[in-house]
This record gives sequence, C-alpha cells and structure tokens, in this order.
Amino acid sequence: MNREDIVKPENKVVSRPRLLNDNVMHYCPGCGHGVVHKLVAEVIDEMGLDKTGAVAIAPVGCAVFAYNYIDVDWIEAAHGRAPAVATAVKRLWPKKLVFTYQGDGDLSAIGTGEAIHAANRGENIAIIFINNGIYGMTGGQMSPTTLEGMKTSTTPYGRRVDLNGYPLAITDIFAQLDGTCYVTRQAVNDAAAVRKTKNAIKKAFQNSMDGLGTSVVEVVSQCNSGWKMSPVKSNEWLVEHMEAKYPLGDLKNNTPKK
Amino acid sequence: MSNNGTKGDVVLMKGNEAIAHAAVRYGCDGYFGYPITPQSEVLETLEALMPWETTGMVVLQAESELASINMVYAGAATGKAVFTSSSSPGISLMQEGISYIAAGELPALIVNVMRGGPGLGTIHPSQSDYFQATKGGGHGDYHLIVLAPKSVQEMADFVGLGFDLAFKYRTPAMILVDGMVGQMMEKVVLPPQRPRRTDEEVLEQCPWAATGDADKRGRNNIITTLELDSHVMEKNNERFQETYRRIEANEVRYEEYMTDDAEWLMVAFGSMARISQAAIHTAREAGIKVGLLRPITLWPFPYERISELSRQVKGILVPEMNAGQMIEDVRLATEGRVPVKHCGRMGGIIPSPSEVLTALNSLIEVK
Amino acid sequence: MKEEIIMAGFGGQGVLSMGKILAYAALLDGKEVTWMPSYGPEQRGGTANVTVILSDNEISSPILDEYDTAVILNQQSLDKFERTVKPGGTLIYDPYGIHHKPTRTDINIIPVNAMEATFELGNPKTYNMLLLGALIKARGIVSVEDVMKGLKKTLPERHHHLLGDNEKAIRRGMELVG
Repeated sequence: MNREDIVKPENKVVSRPRLLNDNVMHYCPGCGHGVVHKLVAEVIDEMGLDKTGAVAIAPVGCAVFAYNYIDVDWIEAAHGRAPAVATAVKRLWPKKLVFTYQGDGDLSAIGTGEAIHAANRGENIAIIFINNGIYGMTGGQMSPTTLEGMKTSTTPYGRRVDLNGYPLAITDIFAQLDGTCYVTRQAVNDAAAVRKTKNAIKKAFQNSMDGLGTSVVEVVSQCNSGWKMSPVKSNEWLVEHMEAKYPLGDLKNNTPKK
Repeated sequence: MSNNGTKGDVVLMKGNEAIAHAAVRYGCDGYFGYPITPQSEVLETLEALMPWETTGMVVLQAESELASINMVYAGAATGKAVFTSSSSPGISLMQEGISYIAAGELPALIVNVMRGGPGLGTIHPSQSDYFQATKGGGHGDYHLIVLAPKSVQEMADFVGLGFDLAFKYRTPAMILVDGMVGQMMEKVVLPPQRPRRTDEEVLEQCPWAATGDADKRGRNNIITTLELDSHVMEKNNERFQETYRRIEANEVRYEEYMTDDAEWLMVAFGSMARISQAAIHTAREAGIKVGLLRPITLWPFPYERISELSRQVKGILVPEMNAGQMIEDVRLATEGRVPVKHCGRMGGIIPSPSEVLTALNSLIEVK
Repeated sequence: MKEEIIMAGFGGQGVLSMGKILAYAALLDGKEVTWMPSYGPEQRGGTANVTVILSDNEISSPILDEYDTAVILNQQSLDKFERTVKPGGTLIYDPYGIHHKPTRTDINIIPVNAMEATFELGNPKTYNMLLLGALIKARGIVSVEDVMKGLKKTLPERHHHLLGDNEKAIRRGMELVG
C-alpha cells in the first residue's frame, strides 16, 4: 500500500500548501518554525504572489535552510544582513514580493543595524521575525531576547541583567520608526494564535506589494529543545513567560482599512 | 563637478567622478555605498546625476559598508549589474560579503580607492591593499579579478570591463586604485550611454538568478553559499578553481613601455607606473636602458611575461606605495634569476620620480 | 609643449579651482592635462596645492619633484615651493602677506599685487582669476578665450552671471604682468 492508495480526493480533509514541498524538515518536533513556514507558503499561494513573483531572504540560524521547504526564489543572507539584502532586491525588482525570515539572534543581535535602517527607510519589505529567545542552531546560547533568569548554554545559571543586559523587545523599536506601516507580535502556540499569525503575514505581504513601507511580524515561538522542555510544556511556558515580556497584539497598524 | 557629458564628450573630471559617469553609461542597475575619503565622489556624483530619473538605475546610501556589500550581493543574486565603492578600511569591513559573492558565483563590481593603512590610517593615496585584493581578502579559497587603472580614462573604461568580466565568469571583479587616481582630474572620453537591460533580458541572460520568477521558470532558484556536505563543498570549490584557471588562461592584461631593448625593468601598477615612467625618461636620458611592465590585471598576474623579461634584464625594480607587496609576485615570476628590489613609501606618501630613479641607480650599482 | 605648474596657497583662496579652470582651458585647446590636488583637511583652511600639467603628449607622472612654473599665494607655500622651480623657470607670487621674499636668482620671479587689485575691482571672489590672468600672460600657455570657455564649463550655471567679473579679473591680472 502506498500513499496514493490512502490519500484519495474523497477522503482528503487537509493538504500541504502547494508551495511547501516534500522535503523532510530539519526542525525539532514542537518547534514553531514549521508552522510559520506553512503559513508563509499558504499566504503566498492564496494571494497569488508566486505568480507575481516572490523573492524570500533566508537568515542564518535555525531557519537557514528555509529555502529547502518553500518553493519560491530564495537568497541566503549572511548572518544578520537579510534586511540589507531585501532592500536591494525590492529596489531592483519593485513589483515582486520581498520578505525576510529571521530569528532573534539574526535580527536582534548581529543584524540590528540592517533591520533598523531598512525599517527606518521604509523599505517595502516584510520582516517575519521568529522570536524564541535563544540561538537554536548553534546549540542554545543566549540571544538578546532571552528572558531574565533563563538558562542557556552561555548563561548556565540564568540570564543576569547585571552581566548580560536586559531582554530586548526590538519590535517595540520598529513600531517607533516612521518607515514602518505595520508592526505586530503574534504566536503559533495554539490554533487561534496560528490563525491570527496567518492574517498578520497576509497583511504584511499586502503592504509590501502596495508599497506602504516596512511591515514587521514578530512571532513569539517555542524552542522546546533549546528551552529543554517537552513541546506541550514549552507551549505553556511561552504563554506564561514569553508573552509576559513580549505581549501579543498589534503595536502599529497604519494599513488602510479595506 | 557636474559634467553631464553626452556621447563622445571629452570632459575633465576626477577619477571617482569618472567611475560614476561610466557606471550610468554602462547601463548599471544599482549602486550601494557609504561615504569614506578618498572616494566619496562616487556616491556624490551618482546622487547628483539622479540616474533613477533617466536610466532607472538605483542609487542608495547605505547605513554601512556591511550593508552596502550585502546589497551588492543581493542585487548580483538577482542577475542585476550592481556595484559598490569604498576605501581601504571600508573594504576590509566588506570582506565577508565579498567572500559570499565569490562563493555564490555572482557577478559584481567592487571599487577600492586605496588609502594608507593599517587601521584608520590616513586619507592619502596608498597601494597597501594589494595582498588583500589579489590573494582573496576574505575567508575561503577564492579570487577576485583585479583591475588596476592608472588614469581617469581607465577608471571610466574599467567599469565596463569589470562588469563584462564579472558576468562572463560569474565572479566578482575589483577595481583597485590608489587615492591619487581617484582624486586627480584628467581628460576623459566617456563611453556612450547604453540602455539598461530589461527585466526580461536579465531573466534570459541569468537563468540562475533569484529574480522571483520560480513560477514562470518552472523551478525555484536558490542563491546560497551554505553547503554542510563537505564532499559537495569540495566539488563547489573545484568548480570555482576551474573558473579561476580559465580566467588565468584568458584574462591576463598588462602594458609594456620601452622594454624592447631594456637591460633593466621596473614593474609597477596604477599611479606608480606613471611615476616610474617619469623616472624612466630621466634614466634613458642618462643612457640607462630601462623599461616598464605595468600589470593591468593584478589578478590574474602576468607571471609569464615577467618571467620572460627576467631572462632579458639584469635586475628588476618594483616601485609601490606600500612596504613591498606586488614584489612577491614579481619574485615568484622571476624564480630568482635576477635581483628584484622594492622601492616605495608608506602611509599615504607618494614616492616621487626622483626617489624611483635613486632606487634604480642603487639597484644598478649593487649589481 | 609641456608645462608643469604648482599652485599653492591657503585653502579657500581658490587655488584648486584656478588649476581646474586652467586645465579645462588647455583641454579645450586639445592638450593632455592632469590636475592633482592635495586633498583632505587641507580643503578646510590649511594650505592647499594643486599640480597642473599641460602637454601635447601623454603625461606620465601627475606628481613631480620640480616645476616649470609656480603660482604662490602665501608664505608657507613660498617657503616650500621656491626651491622646486626648475632653473630658468617662473615663480609668480602675490607679495601680500609675504615677509620673506623669494631670493633665487636663476629663475624668473614675477610679483603680482593681486590682493590689492582685488580690492580695487571690488569682488574678492575673483582673486584667483587675477593670478590666473597673470599666469597665462607670463607663460602664454593658453588664450583668454580658452580660459573663459574653461570657466564656463567649471562654473555651475547658477553662477554664470559672474562670468563678466571673472573676465575683468583675468584681464586685470594680465595687465599686472605688463
């Protein structure tokens, strides 16, 4: 018996988004990246943006291989430089959808300069920012968004603000910049949150196409491996701790009402 | 200065300005740069020319050299003809990005109008980035095609040449020039205005590029320099090296001056070639038969021709505005056949023709 | 024909633009030219100098050890460049503010009271043009007509109403050489 024998049109209730390919994802079970990938693929498909043309910019970090999963054109950026890369692509190809997909190490540490300046110039790009408070790819080191007291491999006794500084709510800064049109913070820990995140991504992509300025969609996400918890526990921990420091909701919405 | 030269116009301008004009006329798609002396006129001139109004070329003052070079990486990844310019410290900052452009097999142009280092150094002319430019500069096994203009005319001409070579071999090219050629004014004949390629032409010419046309193409293009499988990464490296061997076989460029009967040889590039030429005039008047070989491509380097000449001459002088960098390549070429001596100044001091002449005389005396 | 010139003075006296106008004039006359400035903080009030070479043939080195002609606008520059004039060459200088006059006897020394004449003319911005006038008269390297064309090319259009004042200054400078 193979897959075709089981999956028939009459018994199919859900399908993989057309642009999300068959490659086995390298993400840990319980990780939020897979969900956001699926949303991105769905939104591009539903908005027909693969027909118009889409260039996605991959980060360095856990999502470094994002280009292996979503079938649009991709450019893999150096660590932190995705917004600079997106800037040039959008300016040279203004009719295309251009977005970056970055983690908190990439965007809020090494790439702060590029992110702030792209947003401040109001580049017509969307920034999908996955914030799980840790460097996942390199093995669970502290990132700027790591919560106070949180144990990581470089803060083995917990993050101390006197040693490591304060958790950085960088999305709040984006909301302050005149160049941004839409700044929101969402999550993917339950079905309702996933739905809201999808709408946020849709809005961000539409803004990019409409030339309204920079959109930032922060997705507060789970890293159960890095946090050393079960997937279920990490979802609870996310609501209790991450959302306390990084509350969900729109920080700025200048998108015209349709 | 605002010389809006039209076709065939002979104009007087700085080397840096010539770069900007030539880029617009080449049909360049984009420039991304950050101010630094002595090359800021490139960005200033482009902003004044407003090519986005005429050819549609994008010009952007980035927030740093880091952003600039990654914007160039991006533009190149989409098949567009894009470039940046900077001076030594800024070029050092760009090295990671340049390595990515080389590894991504992307065509791009980088202009380094050199100033004296190391460190923040001086703003005055230097040739002390020769090693950095010709031996790779960033991490990994790679080369840039390195063009060394000696005049404002060549500054203009090498923009087009640099882009052509970069696209031909899908590899980054660099114009390596000292601040003197950037800052001096000379007569220059600007190339005629070429139209920029249409997006359709870019798609056709660069089927590998990440233009966002996965749907039209029937497959998605991914520009990445990451390859965790070392066996595949080695294969990639072998492909890069193959390209470099082709470039070495086809693209060595140099110019000779009075070498026919030369008993002594000078090897110098950029401004130093011209200063050496002045010294050669004086030496010839004194009966010294000395000639000049000027490498135009510093990589690939004219090893073969210098090797031949080393069988003809009694000694070689290598005048450079540095502590002696190109001299190592000259020595490799000569394989110890004749004495090879360095003469130069550092830190932004330009050697005068008489200093070069003195060095030549002492080389002759020692011999 | 080949003329190697050094022009030197304080930043802001118009040394670099004087050189540029001369270079443009020679270029329009079909000559090869180079204009090589000292650059950087010098532009902001220190001493500034520019080497201008005009030639019928291709120019090799744009920087030189010695010059056919020096145009000197201040004491520091005189101290620095007097010795670099080739024997038999020409040194043009403005005696205004000069305490130690040039002493060489193997060169042609031409004092030009340009600062004084500028005050008479009433437009201090044309100071450098007085010296340029003196230079082209003394050396016969380019015509007034070509200088005016060069000026027109280098002066932004919004300043073209000043062309008359500039020409007056150039002609006055020529008279000063006699």
